[in-house]
Amino acid sequence: MLNSRKRKIRWTFVLFFTPVALWLLLLLILPHFELLRMSFVASEYAGKSGVTLENYFGFFKEIIYWRTFVRTAVFSVLVTCIVLAISLPLAFYVTKIAGVKIQGFLMVLILLPFWVSELIRVYGWMILLRESGVIGHFMIALGLWKEPVEMLYNDVVMVMGLVYTTLLFMVVPIIGVMESLDDSLIEAAYDLGAKKLTIWKEIIIPYCMPGIMSGSIIVFMIVLGSYLTPKLMGGKSSLWFTEQIYNQFILYFNWNQGSAFGFLLLLLSSVIIWIALRMTGQKLSDVVK
Amino acid sequence: MIRSLPRSKAYRWGFKAFVIIYFLFLFAPLLVTCVLAFNNSMFPSLPWKGFTLDWFFSDGPQKVGFFHDQKNLRSIWVSLKTAVCVTLLSTVVGTCAAFLFEQESFRFKNALYFLMLAPLVIPGVILGISILLFTNTLGLFFENTFGLDIKLLSPGFWLVVFGQFSFISTLVALVVMARLRKFDPTLEEAALNLGANRLEVIWHITLRYLQPAIIGAAAVAFLMSFENFNTTLFLVGSQSTIPITMYLQVRDGSTPVINAISFILILTSSFLAVVNLIFARKED
Repeated sequence: MLNSRKRKIRWTFVLFFTPVALWLLLLLILPHFELLRMSFVASEYAGKSGVTLENYFGFFKEIIYWRTFVRTAVFSVLVTCIVLAISLPLAFYVTKIAGVKIQGFLMVLILLPFWVSELIRVYGWMILLRESGVIGHFMIALGLWKEPVEMLYNDVVMVMGLVYTTLLFMVVPIIGVMESLDDSLIEAAYDLGAKKLTIWKEIIIPYCMPGIMSGSIIVFMIVLGSYLTPKLMGGKSSLWFTEQIYNQFILYFNWNQGSAFGFLLLLLSSVIIWIALRMTGQKLSDVVK
Repeated sequence: MIRSLPRSKAYRWGFKAFVIIYFLFLFAPLLVTCVLAFNNSMFPSLPWKGFTLDWFFSDGPQKVGFFHDQKNLRSIWVSLKTAVCVTLLSTVVGTCAAFLFEQESFRFKNALYFLMLAPLVIPGVILGISILLFTNTLGLFFENTFGLDIKLLSPGFWLVVFGQFSFISTLVALVVMARLRKFDPTLEEAALNLGANRLEVIWHITLRYLQPAIIGAAAVAFLMSFENFNTTLFLVGSQSTIPITMYLQVRDGSTPVINAISFILILTSSFLAVVNLIFARKED
Protein backbone atom coordinates (compact mmCIF):
# COMPACT_ATOMS: atom_id res chain seq x y z
CA MET A 1 0.00 0.00 0.00
CA LEU A 2 2.66 2.40 1.04
CA ASN A 3 4.74 1.34 -1.87
CA SER A 4 2.05 1.90 -4.47
CA ARG A 5 1.21 5.29 -3.01
CA LYS A 6 4.82 6.28 -3.22
CA ARG A 7 5.01 5.27 -6.85
CA LYS A 8 1.91 7.31 -7.66
CA ILE A 9 3.42 10.39 -6.10
CA ARG A 10 6.55 9.90 -8.16
CA TRP A 11 4.35 9.68 -11.21
CA THR A 12 2.82 13.11 -10.63
CA PHE A 13 6.29 14.39 -9.90
CA VAL A 14 7.40 13.34 -13.38
CA LEU A 15 4.27 14.93 -14.83
CA PHE A 16 5.08 18.29 -13.24
CA PHE A 17 8.83 18.09 -13.46
CA THR A 18 9.24 17.29 -17.16
CA PRO A 19 7.69 20.43 -18.70
CA VAL A 20 9.35 22.68 -16.13
CA ALA A 21 12.75 21.08 -16.63
CA LEU A 22 12.43 21.30 -20.41
CA TRP A 23 11.43 24.96 -20.17
CA LEU A 24 14.31 25.92 -17.89
CA LEU A 25 16.88 23.82 -19.71
CA LEU A 26 16.04 24.69 -23.30
CA LEU A 27 15.01 28.31 -22.93
CA LEU A 28 17.13 29.53 -20.01
CA ILE A 29 20.19 27.44 -19.14
CA LEU A 30 21.42 26.37 -22.55
CA PRO A 31 20.77 29.73 -24.28
CA HIS A 32 22.68 31.59 -21.58
CA PHE A 33 25.59 29.17 -21.80
CA GLU A 34 25.54 29.76 -25.51
CA LEU A 35 25.59 33.50 -24.89
CA LEU A 36 28.62 33.10 -22.66
CA ARG A 37 30.36 30.78 -25.13
CA MET A 38 29.73 33.05 -28.10
CA SER A 39 31.17 35.99 -26.24
CA PHE A 40 34.51 34.16 -26.06
CA VAL A 41 34.56 33.14 -29.72
CA ALA A 42 36.44 35.38 -32.11
CA SER A 43 34.15 37.15 -34.46
CA GLU A 44 33.79 35.55 -37.88
CA TYR A 45 32.87 38.94 -39.08
CA ALA A 46 36.47 40.11 -38.54
CA GLY A 47 37.70 37.00 -40.33
CA LYS A 48 39.10 35.27 -37.24
CA SER A 49 38.26 32.17 -35.26
CA GLY A 50 39.09 30.41 -32.02
CA VAL A 51 38.75 31.30 -28.37
CA THR A 52 39.53 34.87 -27.49
CA LEU A 53 38.95 37.70 -25.04
CA GLU A 54 38.89 40.18 -27.86
CA ASN A 55 35.17 40.89 -27.58
CA TYR A 56 35.64 42.04 -24.00
CA PHE A 57 38.78 44.02 -24.87
CA GLY A 58 36.77 45.61 -27.63
CA PHE A 59 34.33 46.85 -25.05
CA PHE A 60 37.01 48.41 -22.88
CA LYS A 61 38.92 49.89 -25.81
CA GLU A 62 36.05 51.80 -27.36
CA ILE A 63 35.18 54.75 -25.16
CA ILE A 64 31.66 54.97 -26.60
CA TYR A 65 30.74 51.47 -25.40
CA TRP A 66 32.11 52.22 -21.98
CA ARG A 67 30.34 55.49 -21.70
CA THR A 68 27.00 54.04 -22.79
CA PHE A 69 27.38 51.25 -20.25
CA VAL A 70 28.10 53.57 -17.32
CA ARG A 71 25.46 56.02 -18.48
CA THR A 72 22.83 53.29 -18.64
CA ALA A 73 23.73 52.07 -15.15
CA VAL A 74 23.71 55.56 -13.61
CA PHE A 75 20.45 56.57 -15.27
CA SER A 76 18.80 53.31 -14.21
CA VAL A 77 19.69 53.92 -10.58
CA LEU A 78 18.54 57.54 -10.86
CA VAL A 79 15.19 56.57 -12.38
CA THR A 80 14.68 53.95 -9.67
CA CYS A 81 15.28 56.59 -6.96
CA ILE A 82 12.88 59.09 -8.56
CA VAL A 83 10.20 56.42 -8.95
CA LEU A 84 10.62 55.49 -5.29
CA ALA A 85 10.37 59.13 -4.20
CA ILE A 86 7.06 59.50 -6.07
CA SER A 87 5.65 56.12 -5.09
CA LEU A 88 6.08 56.35 -1.31
CA PRO A 89 3.84 59.41 -0.74
CA LEU A 90 1.36 58.15 -3.31
CA ALA A 91 1.08 54.75 -1.65
CA PHE A 92 0.77 56.53 1.69
CA TYR A 93 -2.06 58.67 0.39
CA VAL A 94 -3.97 55.73 -1.04
CA THR A 95 -3.60 53.46 1.98
CA LYS A 96 -3.61 55.89 4.92
CA ILE A 97 -5.09 59.27 3.98
CA ALA A 98 -7.71 58.83 1.25
CA GLY A 99 -11.25 58.09 2.39
CA VAL A 100 -11.99 54.40 2.67
CA LYS A 101 -14.71 54.71 0.04
CA ILE A 102 -12.53 56.07 -2.75
CA GLN A 103 -9.60 53.75 -1.98
CA GLY A 104 -10.80 51.00 -4.32
CA PHE A 105 -11.48 53.51 -7.06
CA LEU A 106 -7.98 55.00 -6.71
CA MET A 107 -6.47 51.52 -6.96
CA VAL A 108 -8.31 50.88 -10.22
CA LEU A 109 -7.10 54.23 -11.58
CA ILE A 110 -3.54 53.43 -10.61
CA LEU A 111 -3.63 49.96 -12.16
CA LEU A 112 -5.39 50.82 -15.40
CA PRO A 113 -2.48 52.33 -17.38
CA PHE A 114 -0.39 49.30 -16.38
CA TRP A 115 -2.41 47.33 -18.89
CA VAL A 116 -1.59 49.63 -21.79
CA SER A 117 1.58 48.84 -23.71
CA GLU A 118 4.76 50.83 -23.21
CA LEU A 119 4.82 51.80 -26.87
CA ILE A 120 1.41 53.47 -26.72
CA ARG A 121 2.32 55.38 -23.57
CA VAL A 122 5.58 56.62 -25.07
CA TYR A 123 3.73 57.55 -28.23
CA GLY A 124 1.32 59.62 -26.13
CA TRP A 125 4.23 61.58 -24.70
CA MET A 126 5.68 62.10 -28.15
CA ILE A 127 2.41 63.61 -29.33
CA LEU A 128 2.35 65.87 -26.28
CA LEU A 129 5.94 67.05 -26.31
CA ARG A 130 7.25 67.23 -29.83
CA GLU A 131 7.76 70.45 -31.73
CA SER A 132 4.32 70.31 -33.32
CA GLY A 133 2.92 68.71 -30.18
CA VAL A 134 -0.16 69.37 -28.11
CA ILE A 135 1.59 71.19 -25.26
CA GLY A 136 3.43 73.46 -27.68
CA HIS A 137 0.15 74.20 -29.45
CA PHE A 138 -1.49 75.33 -26.20
CA MET A 139 1.54 77.35 -25.14
CA ILE A 140 1.49 79.28 -28.38
CA ALA A 141 -2.29 79.72 -28.26
CA LEU A 142 -1.95 81.15 -24.76
CA GLY A 143 0.83 83.45 -25.91
CA LEU A 144 3.39 81.97 -23.54
CA TRP A 145 5.69 80.87 -26.34
CA LYS A 146 6.46 82.77 -29.50
CA GLU A 147 7.47 79.80 -31.58
CA PRO A 148 7.37 76.00 -31.28
CA VAL A 149 9.96 74.47 -28.96
CA GLU A 150 11.28 70.94 -29.32
CA MET A 151 10.93 69.30 -25.93
CA LEU A 152 11.57 65.72 -27.03
CA TYR A 153 14.96 64.09 -27.54
CA ASN A 154 16.87 65.05 -24.42
CA ASP A 155 17.91 63.31 -21.24
CA VAL A 156 15.41 65.04 -18.95
CA VAL A 157 12.46 63.93 -21.05
CA MET A 158 13.93 60.46 -21.40
CA VAL A 159 14.19 60.11 -17.61
CA MET A 160 10.63 61.34 -17.26
CA GLY A 161 9.47 58.80 -19.82
CA LEU A 162 11.26 55.98 -18.00
CA VAL A 163 9.78 57.12 -14.69
CA TYR A 164 6.37 57.19 -16.32
CA THR A 165 6.58 53.69 -17.80
CA THR A 166 7.81 52.10 -14.56
CA LEU A 167 5.89 53.96 -11.80
CA LEU A 168 3.26 51.29 -11.41
CA PHE A 169 5.74 48.53 -10.76
CA MET A 170 6.85 50.41 -7.65
CA VAL A 171 3.49 51.74 -6.48
CA VAL A 172 1.73 48.36 -6.49
CA PRO A 173 4.15 46.37 -4.28
CA ILE A 174 4.51 49.29 -1.84
CA ILE A 175 0.74 49.65 -1.51
CA GLY A 176 0.57 45.91 -0.96
CA VAL A 177 2.85 46.14 2.07
CA MET A 178 1.67 49.49 3.40
CA GLU A 179 -1.92 48.26 3.53
CA SER A 180 -0.99 45.84 6.27
CA LEU A 181 0.83 48.48 8.35
CA ASP A 182 -1.18 48.89 11.54
CA ASP A 183 -2.37 52.50 11.97
CA SER A 184 -1.96 52.24 15.72
CA LEU A 185 1.82 52.11 15.33
CA ILE A 186 1.75 55.54 13.69
CA GLU A 187 -0.75 56.81 16.23
CA ALA A 188 1.43 55.61 19.10
CA ALA A 189 4.50 57.32 17.68
CA TYR A 190 2.49 60.49 17.15
CA ASP A 191 1.17 60.44 20.70
CA LEU A 192 4.69 60.02 22.00
CA GLY A 193 5.64 63.19 20.17
CA ALA A 194 7.46 61.82 17.11
CA LYS A 195 7.82 64.18 14.15
CA LYS A 196 6.57 63.21 10.68
CA LEU A 197 10.08 62.62 9.42
CA THR A 198 10.88 60.37 12.36
CA ILE A 199 7.72 58.37 11.80
CA TRP A 200 8.68 57.85 8.17
CA LYS A 201 12.24 56.93 9.01
CA GLU A 202 11.58 54.72 12.01
CA ILE A 203 8.27 53.08 11.21
CA ILE A 204 6.95 53.39 7.68
CA ILE A 205 10.09 52.83 5.62
CA PRO A 206 11.47 49.89 7.64
CA TYR A 207 8.04 48.26 7.57
CA CYS A 208 7.68 48.71 3.80
CA MET A 209 11.18 47.49 2.99
CA PRO A 210 10.10 44.24 1.29
CA GLY A 211 7.75 46.19 -0.99
CA ILE A 212 10.36 48.86 -1.63
CA MET A 213 12.97 46.25 -2.52
CA SER A 214 10.79 44.25 -4.87
CA GLY A 215 9.56 47.44 -6.52
CA SER A 216 13.08 48.77 -6.88
CA ILE A 217 14.39 45.56 -8.40
CA ILE A 218 11.58 45.34 -10.92
CA VAL A 219 11.87 49.03 -11.86
CA PHE A 220 15.64 48.86 -12.12
CA MET A 221 15.48 45.77 -14.32
CA ILE A 222 12.89 47.25 -16.63
CA VAL A 223 14.78 50.52 -17.00
CA LEU A 224 18.12 48.83 -17.55
CA GLY A 225 16.68 46.57 -20.22
CA SER A 226 14.37 49.06 -21.85
CA TYR A 227 14.78 49.86 -25.49
CA LEU A 228 11.73 51.77 -26.66
CA THR A 229 11.72 54.73 -24.29
CA PRO A 230 15.40 55.75 -24.62
CA LYS A 231 15.28 55.16 -28.35
CA LEU A 232 12.13 57.20 -28.99
CA MET A 233 12.50 59.93 -26.36
CA GLY A 234 16.24 60.23 -25.78
CA GLY A 235 18.60 62.42 -27.74
CA LYS A 236 20.29 61.31 -30.94
CA SER A 237 23.72 61.28 -29.29
CA SER A 238 22.62 59.57 -26.11
CA LEU A 239 22.58 55.82 -26.60
CA TRP A 240 21.21 53.21 -24.22
CA PHE A 241 23.20 50.02 -23.78
CA THR A 242 20.43 47.84 -25.19
CA GLU A 243 20.72 49.88 -28.38
CA GLN A 244 24.41 48.99 -28.56
CA ILE A 245 23.46 45.32 -28.29
CA TYR A 246 20.81 45.75 -30.97
CA ASN A 247 23.31 47.50 -33.25
CA GLN A 248 25.89 44.73 -32.87
CA PHE A 249 23.33 42.04 -33.58
CA ILE A 250 21.17 43.55 -36.26
CA LEU A 251 23.19 46.31 -37.90
CA TYR A 252 26.80 45.03 -37.79
CA PHE A 253 25.89 41.36 -37.59
CA ASN A 254 28.73 40.94 -35.08
CA TRP A 255 27.05 38.42 -32.81
CA ASN A 256 30.15 37.69 -30.77
CA GLN A 257 30.66 41.31 -29.80
CA GLY A 258 26.93 41.55 -29.11
CA SER A 259 27.09 38.47 -26.87
CA ALA A 260 29.89 40.03 -24.84
CA PHE A 261 27.77 43.16 -24.42
CA GLY A 262 24.78 41.08 -23.45
CA PHE A 263 26.75 39.17 -20.90
CA LEU A 264 28.16 42.38 -19.42
CA LEU A 265 24.64 43.81 -19.09
CA LEU A 266 23.52 40.62 -17.37
CA LEU A 267 26.50 40.85 -15.03
CA LEU A 268 25.79 44.49 -14.28
CA SER A 269 22.17 43.84 -13.40
CA SER A 270 23.02 40.86 -11.20
CA VAL A 271 25.74 42.78 -9.35
CA ILE A 272 23.58 45.83 -8.67
CA ILE A 273 20.65 43.71 -7.49
CA TRP A 274 22.98 41.65 -5.32
CA ILE A 275 24.41 44.81 -3.72
CA ALA A 276 20.91 46.20 -3.12
CA LEU A 277 19.77 42.94 -1.50
CA ARG A 278 22.94 42.77 0.61
CA MET A 279 22.59 46.35 1.80
CA THR A 280 19.01 45.88 2.94
CA GLY A 281 19.41 42.30 4.19
CA GLN A 282 16.69 40.84 1.96
CA LYS A 283 16.50 37.60 0.00
CA LEU A 284 15.49 37.36 -3.63
CA SER A 285 12.95 34.63 -2.92
CA ASP A 286 11.29 36.84 -0.27
CA VAL A 287 11.30 39.85 -2.51
CA VAL A 288 9.34 38.22 -5.32
CA LYS A 289 6.46 37.35 -3.02
CA MET B 1 -0.93 62.57 9.73
CA ILE B 2 -3.21 59.67 8.97
CA ARG B 3 -7.00 59.44 8.88
CA SER B 4 -7.35 59.12 12.63
CA LEU B 5 -4.90 61.90 13.52
CA PRO B 6 -5.26 65.68 13.26
CA ARG B 7 -3.86 67.10 10.06
CA SER B 8 -3.12 70.67 9.09
CA LYS B 9 -4.92 72.17 6.13
CA ALA B 10 -1.69 72.70 4.21
CA TYR B 11 -0.76 69.04 4.69
CA ARG B 12 -4.12 67.84 3.41
CA TRP B 13 -4.19 70.12 0.41
CA GLY B 14 -0.56 69.48 -0.37
CA PHE B 15 -1.25 65.76 -0.59
CA LYS B 16 -4.38 66.28 -2.62
CA ALA B 17 -2.52 68.45 -5.14
CA PHE B 18 0.23 65.86 -5.40
CA VAL B 19 -2.22 63.07 -6.14
CA ILE B 20 -4.13 65.14 -8.70
CA ILE B 21 -0.91 66.01 -10.52
CA TYR B 22 0.08 62.37 -10.41
CA PHE B 23 -3.12 61.26 -12.10
CA LEU B 24 -2.89 64.03 -14.68
CA PHE B 25 0.63 62.86 -15.46
CA LEU B 26 -0.62 59.28 -15.62
CA PHE B 27 -3.54 59.81 -17.96
CA ALA B 28 -2.61 62.83 -20.10
CA PRO B 29 -0.67 60.88 -22.76
CA LEU B 30 -3.33 58.18 -23.02
CA LEU B 31 -6.15 60.69 -23.27
CA VAL B 32 -4.40 62.78 -25.91
CA THR B 33 -3.64 59.67 -27.96
CA CYS B 34 -7.29 58.63 -27.90
CA VAL B 35 -8.69 62.09 -28.67
CA LEU B 36 -6.40 62.65 -31.65
CA ALA B 37 -7.61 59.39 -33.21
CA PHE B 38 -10.78 61.33 -34.08
CA ASN B 39 -9.14 64.49 -35.43
CA ASN B 40 -9.78 65.16 -39.10
CA SER B 41 -6.14 65.89 -39.85
CA MET B 42 -3.32 64.13 -41.70
CA PHE B 43 -1.03 64.37 -38.65
CA PRO B 44 -1.47 63.23 -35.05
CA SER B 45 -1.34 66.79 -33.72
CA LEU B 46 -3.47 69.86 -33.05
CA PRO B 47 -5.13 72.11 -34.28
CA TRP B 48 -8.49 70.36 -34.08
CA LYS B 49 -9.97 70.12 -37.55
CA GLY B 50 -13.25 68.46 -36.68
CA PHE B 51 -14.48 65.04 -35.67
CA THR B 52 -14.01 62.11 -38.00
CA LEU B 53 -14.04 58.32 -38.00
CA ASP B 54 -11.85 58.22 -41.12
CA TRP B 55 -8.85 56.85 -39.24
CA PHE B 56 -10.90 53.77 -38.47
CA PHE B 57 -13.07 53.24 -41.54
CA SER B 58 -11.79 55.31 -44.48
CA ASP B 59 -10.83 53.31 -47.55
CA GLY B 60 -8.24 55.71 -48.97
CA PRO B 61 -6.83 57.03 -51.19
CA GLN B 62 -5.78 59.94 -48.97
CA LYS B 63 -6.60 58.42 -45.62
CA VAL B 64 -6.34 54.71 -45.00
CA GLY B 65 -8.30 53.83 -41.88
CA PHE B 66 -7.27 51.03 -39.56
CA PHE B 67 -9.85 48.54 -40.85
CA HIS B 68 -8.44 48.89 -44.36
CA ASP B 69 -4.78 49.02 -43.36
CA GLN B 70 -3.53 45.58 -44.46
CA LYS B 71 -0.11 45.84 -42.82
CA ASN B 72 -1.40 46.70 -39.36
CA LEU B 73 -4.31 44.27 -39.57
CA ARG B 74 -1.93 41.46 -40.46
CA SER B 75 0.31 42.34 -37.51
CA ILE B 76 -2.65 42.33 -35.13
CA TRP B 77 -3.56 38.89 -36.42
CA VAL B 78 0.02 37.65 -35.88
CA SER B 79 0.04 39.14 -32.38
CA LEU B 80 -3.26 37.46 -31.53
CA LYS B 81 -2.03 34.08 -32.73
CA THR B 82 1.22 34.53 -30.80
CA ALA B 83 -0.59 35.59 -27.65
CA VAL B 84 -2.96 32.62 -27.78
CA CYS B 85 -0.09 30.15 -28.16
CA VAL B 86 1.98 31.82 -25.43
CA THR B 87 -0.99 31.94 -23.07
CA LEU B 88 -1.81 28.25 -23.53
CA LEU B 89 1.80 27.12 -23.18
CA SER B 90 2.72 29.33 -20.25
CA THR B 91 -0.49 28.63 -18.35
CA VAL B 92 0.05 24.88 -18.57
CA VAL B 93 3.75 24.95 -17.77
CA GLY B 94 3.41 27.71 -15.15
CA THR B 95 0.71 25.71 -13.35
CA CYS B 96 2.93 22.60 -13.48
CA ALA B 97 5.73 24.66 -11.94
CA ALA B 98 3.40 25.90 -9.20
CA PHE B 99 2.46 22.30 -8.30
CA LEU B 100 6.08 21.22 -8.52
CA PHE B 101 7.37 23.84 -6.12
CA GLU B 102 4.43 23.85 -3.73
CA GLN B 103 3.52 20.18 -3.46
CA GLU B 104 6.52 18.09 -4.38
CA SER B 105 9.78 17.79 -2.55
CA PHE B 106 12.97 16.74 -4.29
CA ARG B 107 16.68 17.39 -4.32
CA PHE B 108 17.92 20.74 -5.65
CA LYS B 109 14.43 22.15 -5.31
CA ASN B 110 15.73 25.49 -4.10
CA ALA B 111 18.26 25.74 -6.89
CA LEU B 112 15.58 24.99 -9.45
CA TYR B 113 13.23 27.51 -7.85
CA PHE B 114 15.93 30.14 -7.99
CA LEU B 115 16.45 29.33 -11.64
CA MET B 116 12.75 29.72 -12.32
CA LEU B 117 12.85 33.20 -10.77
CA ALA B 118 15.78 34.20 -12.99
CA PRO B 119 13.66 35.55 -15.88
CA LEU B 120 12.43 38.25 -13.49
CA VAL B 121 15.91 39.71 -13.29
CA ILE B 122 17.10 39.00 -16.83
CA PRO B 123 16.43 41.89 -19.21
CA GLY B 124 14.13 40.90 -22.07
CA VAL B 125 16.74 41.89 -24.62
CA ILE B 126 19.19 39.36 -23.17
CA LEU B 127 16.56 36.60 -23.22
CA GLY B 128 15.95 37.46 -26.86
CA ILE B 129 19.57 37.34 -27.96
CA SER B 130 20.49 34.23 -25.99
CA ILE B 131 17.56 32.28 -27.43
CA LEU B 132 18.46 33.57 -30.88
CA LEU B 133 22.07 32.42 -30.46
CA PHE B 134 21.10 29.02 -29.08
CA THR B 135 18.55 28.18 -31.75
CA ASN B 136 20.91 29.42 -34.44
CA THR B 137 23.69 27.13 -33.22
CA LEU B 138 21.23 24.26 -32.92
CA GLY B 139 19.92 24.92 -36.41
CA LEU B 140 23.45 24.95 -37.85
CA PHE B 141 24.21 21.71 -36.03
CA PHE B 142 21.19 19.95 -37.49
CA GLU B 143 21.93 21.28 -40.93
CA ASN B 144 25.59 20.28 -40.91
CA THR B 145 25.17 16.84 -39.33
CA PHE B 146 21.87 15.61 -40.70
CA GLY B 147 21.29 17.95 -43.59
CA LEU B 148 18.02 19.06 -42.02
CA ASP B 149 16.76 22.60 -42.33
CA ILE B 150 14.48 23.06 -39.33
CA LYS B 151 12.22 26.06 -39.81
CA LEU B 152 11.35 26.11 -36.12
CA LEU B 153 14.87 27.17 -35.24
CA SER B 154 15.15 30.25 -37.40
CA PRO B 155 13.61 33.61 -36.42
CA GLY B 156 9.88 33.56 -36.93
CA PHE B 157 6.54 32.86 -35.36
CA TRP B 158 7.51 29.93 -33.13
CA LEU B 159 10.72 31.49 -31.92
CA VAL B 160 8.77 34.55 -30.80
CA VAL B 161 6.32 32.26 -29.00
CA PHE B 162 9.15 30.43 -27.21
CA GLY B 163 10.95 33.65 -26.33
CA GLN B 164 7.88 35.18 -24.72
CA PHE B 165 6.91 31.89 -23.10
CA SER B 166 10.33 31.68 -21.42
CA PHE B 167 9.60 34.56 -19.02
CA ILE B 168 5.79 34.72 -18.97
CA SER B 169 5.64 31.20 -17.46
CA THR B 170 7.45 32.51 -14.40
CA LEU B 171 4.75 35.11 -13.83
CA VAL B 172 1.99 32.53 -14.21
CA ALA B 173 3.79 30.21 -11.80
CA LEU B 174 4.12 32.94 -9.16
CA VAL B 175 0.44 33.90 -9.38
CA VAL B 176 -0.76 30.29 -9.19
CA MET B 177 1.69 29.47 -6.38
CA ALA B 178 0.36 32.34 -4.28
CA ARG B 179 -3.12 30.84 -4.54
CA LEU B 180 -1.95 27.26 -4.02
CA ARG B 181 -0.25 28.28 -0.78
CA LYS B 182 -3.67 29.14 0.69
CA PHE B 183 -5.10 25.78 -0.30
CA ASP B 184 -6.29 23.56 2.54
CA PRO B 185 -4.53 20.18 2.08
CA THR B 186 -7.15 18.36 4.15
CA LEU B 187 -9.47 18.70 1.15
CA GLU B 188 -7.04 16.63 -0.92
CA GLU B 189 -6.59 14.11 1.87
CA ALA B 190 -10.34 13.71 2.21
CA ALA B 191 -10.68 12.99 -1.49
CA LEU B 192 -7.79 10.53 -1.39
CA ASN B 193 -9.42 8.74 1.54
CA LEU B 194 -12.66 8.54 -0.39
CA GLY B 195 -10.85 6.58 -3.07
CA ALA B 196 -9.88 9.15 -5.67
CA ASN B 197 -6.45 8.79 -7.22
CA ARG B 198 -3.93 11.61 -7.20
CA LEU B 199 -4.75 12.76 -10.71
CA GLU B 200 -8.48 12.84 -10.03
CA VAL B 201 -7.84 14.88 -6.90
CA ILE B 202 -5.79 17.40 -8.82
CA TRP B 203 -8.33 17.60 -11.61
CA HIS B 204 -11.53 17.79 -9.54
CA ILE B 205 -10.37 19.58 -6.43
CA THR B 206 -7.08 21.44 -6.62
CA LEU B 207 -7.49 22.79 -10.13
CA ARG B 208 -11.09 23.76 -9.42
CA TYR B 209 -9.84 25.71 -6.43
CA LEU B 210 -7.08 27.35 -8.50
CA GLN B 211 -9.38 28.28 -11.39
CA PRO B 212 -9.74 32.01 -10.66
CA ALA B 213 -5.98 32.41 -10.20
CA ILE B 214 -5.28 30.49 -13.40
CA ILE B 215 -7.73 32.56 -15.41
CA GLY B 216 -6.30 35.78 -13.99
CA ALA B 217 -2.77 34.63 -14.76
CA ALA B 218 -3.81 33.68 -18.29
CA ALA B 219 -5.23 37.16 -18.85
CA VAL B 220 -1.98 38.73 -17.71
CA ALA B 221 0.01 36.29 -19.85
CA PHE B 222 -2.07 37.15 -22.90
CA LEU B 223 -1.51 40.86 -22.42
CA MET B 224 2.21 40.52 -21.68
CA SER B 225 2.62 38.52 -24.86
CA PHE B 226 0.53 40.89 -26.94
CA GLU B 227 2.55 43.90 -25.82
CA ASN B 228 6.00 42.39 -25.68
CA PHE B 229 8.63 44.28 -27.60
CA ASN B 230 12.12 43.68 -26.20
CA THR B 231 12.34 39.91 -26.52
CA THR B 232 10.32 39.80 -29.72
CA LEU B 233 12.58 42.35 -31.43
CA PHE B 234 15.38 39.81 -31.84
CA LEU B 235 13.31 36.75 -32.66
CA VAL B 236 10.85 38.16 -35.14
CA GLY B 237 10.94 36.92 -38.72
CA SER B 238 8.94 38.20 -41.64
CA GLN B 239 5.70 38.16 -39.64
CA SER B 240 5.91 41.23 -37.38
CA THR B 241 3.80 41.51 -34.27
CA ILE B 242 1.84 44.69 -33.73
CA PRO B 243 4.26 46.37 -31.26
CA ILE B 244 7.09 45.99 -33.79
CA THR B 245 5.01 47.27 -36.72
CA MET B 246 3.75 50.20 -34.65
CA TYR B 247 7.24 51.01 -33.42
CA LEU B 248 8.57 51.33 -36.95
CA GLN B 249 5.69 53.64 -37.86
CA VAL B 250 6.11 55.76 -34.74
CA ARG B 251 9.85 56.06 -35.30
CA ASP B 252 9.53 57.12 -38.91
CA GLY B 253 6.54 59.41 -38.41
CA SER B 254 3.00 58.30 -39.03
CA THR B 255 -0.60 59.21 -39.65
CA PRO B 256 -3.24 59.16 -36.89
CA VAL B 257 -3.98 55.55 -37.83
CA ILE B 258 -1.56 54.74 -34.98
CA ASN B 259 -3.86 56.68 -32.66
CA ALA B 260 -6.81 54.67 -33.92
CA ILE B 261 -5.00 51.39 -33.18
CA SER B 262 -3.91 52.72 -29.79
CA PHE B 263 -7.49 53.70 -29.02
CA ILE B 264 -8.73 50.20 -29.79
CA LEU B 265 -5.91 48.59 -27.80
CA ILE B 266 -6.46 50.89 -24.81
CA LEU B 267 -10.16 50.03 -24.79
CA THR B 268 -9.46 46.30 -25.09
CA SER B 269 -6.84 46.25 -22.36
CA SER B 270 -9.03 48.30 -20.03
CA PHE B 271 -11.76 45.74 -20.60
CA LEU B 272 -9.33 42.92 -19.82
CA ALA B 273 -8.18 44.79 -16.72
CA VAL B 274 -11.72 45.01 -15.42
CA VAL B 275 -12.37 41.32 -16.14
CA ASN B 276 -9.18 40.43 -14.33
CA LEU B 277 -10.19 42.60 -11.39
CA ILE B 278 -13.56 40.87 -11.14
CA PHE B 279 -11.83 37.48 -11.05
CA ALA B 280 -9.38 38.74 -8.44
CA ARG B 281 -12.36 39.86 -6.30
CA LYS B 282 -13.96 36.47 -6.68
CA GLU B 283 -10.80 34.86 -5.42
CA ASP B 284 -10.94 36.68 -2.08
